[in-house]
Amino acid sequence: MSLLEIRNLSVEFETVKGTFRAVDGVDLSIGENDILSIVGESGSGKSVSMLAVMGLLPWTANVTADKMEFEGRNLLTLSSKERRKIIGQDISMIFQEPMSSLNPCFTVGFQIGETLKEHLGLDRNARKKRAIELLDLVGIPAPEERLKAFPHQLSGGMSQRVMIAMAIACNPKLLVADEPTTALDVTIQAQIIDLLVNLQNEKGMALVLITHDMGVVAETAKRVVVMYAGQQVEQQEANGLFATPHHPYTHALLDALPERSLGLDRLPTIEGIVPGAGDRPDGCLFSPRCKYVQDDCRASVPPLENISDTTLRCFHPVDLEGQAT
Amino acid sequence: MTAAIEGHELKRYYQVKGEGFFAKPTILKAVDGASFSLESGKTLAIVGESGCGKSTLARLATMIEKPTEGNIFISGADPHAHGGAEIPRLRQDVQIIFQNPYGSLNPRKKVGVILEEPVIINQNVSAADRRRLAETMLDKVGLRPEHYDRYPHMFSGGQRQRIAIARALMLKPKVLIADEPVSALDISIQAQVLNILMDLQEEMNLALVFISHDLSVVRRIADQIMVMYLGKVVEQGEASTIFANPAHPYTQALLGATPAVDPKLRRERVKLTGELPSPLNPPPGCPFHTRCRFVQDICSSTAPPLETKFERLVACHFAEAAVES
Repeated sequence: MSLLEIRNLSVEFETVKGTFRAVDGVDLSIGENDILSIVGESGSGKSVSMLAVMGLLPWTANVTADKMEFEGRNLLTLSSKERRKIIGQDISMIFQEPMSSLNPCFTVGFQIGETLKEHLGLDRNARKKRAIELLDLVGIPAPEERLKAFPHQLSGGMSQRVMIAMAIACNPKLLVADEPTTALDVTIQAQIIDLLVNLQNEKGMALVLITHDMGVVAETAKRVVVMYAGQQVEQQEANGLFATPHHPYTHALLDALPERSLGLDRLPTIEGIVPGAGDRPDGCLFSPRCKYVQDDCRASVPPLENISDTTLRCFHPVDLEGQAT
Repeated sequence: MTAAIEGHELKRYYQVKGEGFFAKPTILKAVDGASFSLESGKTLAIVGESGCGKSTLARLATMIEKPTEGNIFISGADPHAHGGAEIPRLRQDVQIIFQNPYGSLNPRKKVGVILEEPVIINQNVSAADRRRLAETMLDKVGLRPEHYDRYPHMFSGGQRQRIAIARALMLKPKVLIADEPVSALDISIQAQVLNILMDLQEEMNLALVFISHDLSVVRRIADQIMVMYLGKVVEQGEASTIFANPAHPYTQALLGATPAVDPKLRRERVKLTGELPSPLNPPPGCPFHTRCRFVQDICSSTAPPLETKFERLVACHFAEAAVES
């Protein structure tokens, strides 16, 4: 049985200019011990879809889904009190900006202890012991002294480690990492990614990695979901996706990577920009930028379909030779 | 042929107040001895993590700051000679693009005004000619003439970066300095902007100084590379030589930490333990010795000189061991 099961998740925001669909029909299923990566450019709805699962969206957001279950419990109908028991304990999240996700007014030890007190009800000594254990686990040297440190005394990499320590404090079954390394230097990024994957292995938790860095995805994820303008366009095993992307968008996105075009004079590009709130086309959202666009793409939105081991939203997927069918 | 831009033993030190009221000020060596020479039409990439001095070097090259020691030459002329009398003229030849296109364009000015400002300040051109110049430049960077009357907030990040490029090229400079020009952009947009940079470099025969931490981009665009660590140059030479076989342990670690989609491009990950030391209090001897895997006693006492080894400049006592590993 899968840990998190999502069918047809949509998130809408009411704006002055009308309803904006930030997430449109996302299907996800995350098993135990799984590493799933959600990739997409900015504004593709990758963060919003996971924030919806966490229940962290503001009240203006209208979350709908056919099914959103965590361990068989329907997250949509849970009372917020019950939901808070799951969030932070069984599902936890790490955010992009480590420097601004920690509260600057409290010590690191206090902030880690908060989670432990709330969810596990540990007393002061037990909290301290566990906090030291956690800091040690995420590779912070001299953890006992670090407990008394304030966030401004830590570097970006250290802050992110503290965030990870907080997130894994209650041994979650699912960890959502939202762009955990975007703000960090490459050598520190490598350390944090290694740490996350090791923790995932040791603790047997499931990891959802939200990122726009294809390299990070290729080196860590088992399965990949590609999102474009709020829609899920492709889902595949990581190896398959990078070898034979079937959606024209995935195909073009991978081609645009600098490392894939070392022999070429210029980088292949995707013309145009991601459609915004006001200028979404009818039919397939990628159709104005797609190389293989045909009449039916402009007329109606392709459904999300399973084709062998790939979930696709495309009428004319790209085959192995890079030709549209 | 004289180089378009040349740096000779550039140093830039800052005085920083010590902690506490009576503490002595300390010296921060942001750039500590960097030399380079770049011809028209070529690209020099400056690579390193945050705090390594790459942006300070950009400030020296653009004559925003005066080097503490050493000289900079723009087409053979030293701007800081004769009390800086030549600076206004030479500044027209060196232009810069910044990292964040949301911060570098004045939100209260129209694109046309932004583009014409450098011409108004530096040259005597009629309003009609200026407008024509701005419109051709907009066309060159892939924007339309009607964008002339719009404000920066009406553009996406990628388009803003194009405006920034257009502004930098309005004066037909000889040297273009790009300080992390694509790191704030999505992959597909990044490819577009890189292509524009390469096209315009070819067309205008620009010497391009490309500052970046993203080695996959650098590999694509650079002719020469300079790797910096805590203000010191650790390795410098032809890009192809260094990418094929990096000789400094730090360069190796940087390359290993850069995630790659293609398994063939992946290098064995050299794990860097620890964090970047504070530039205020750099370790004695070789600045990298605290994180280096080849470290021996000599490294913590004597700073290695930048020497020619294996067809490039490298500052390491044990470059031989590093190359063979």
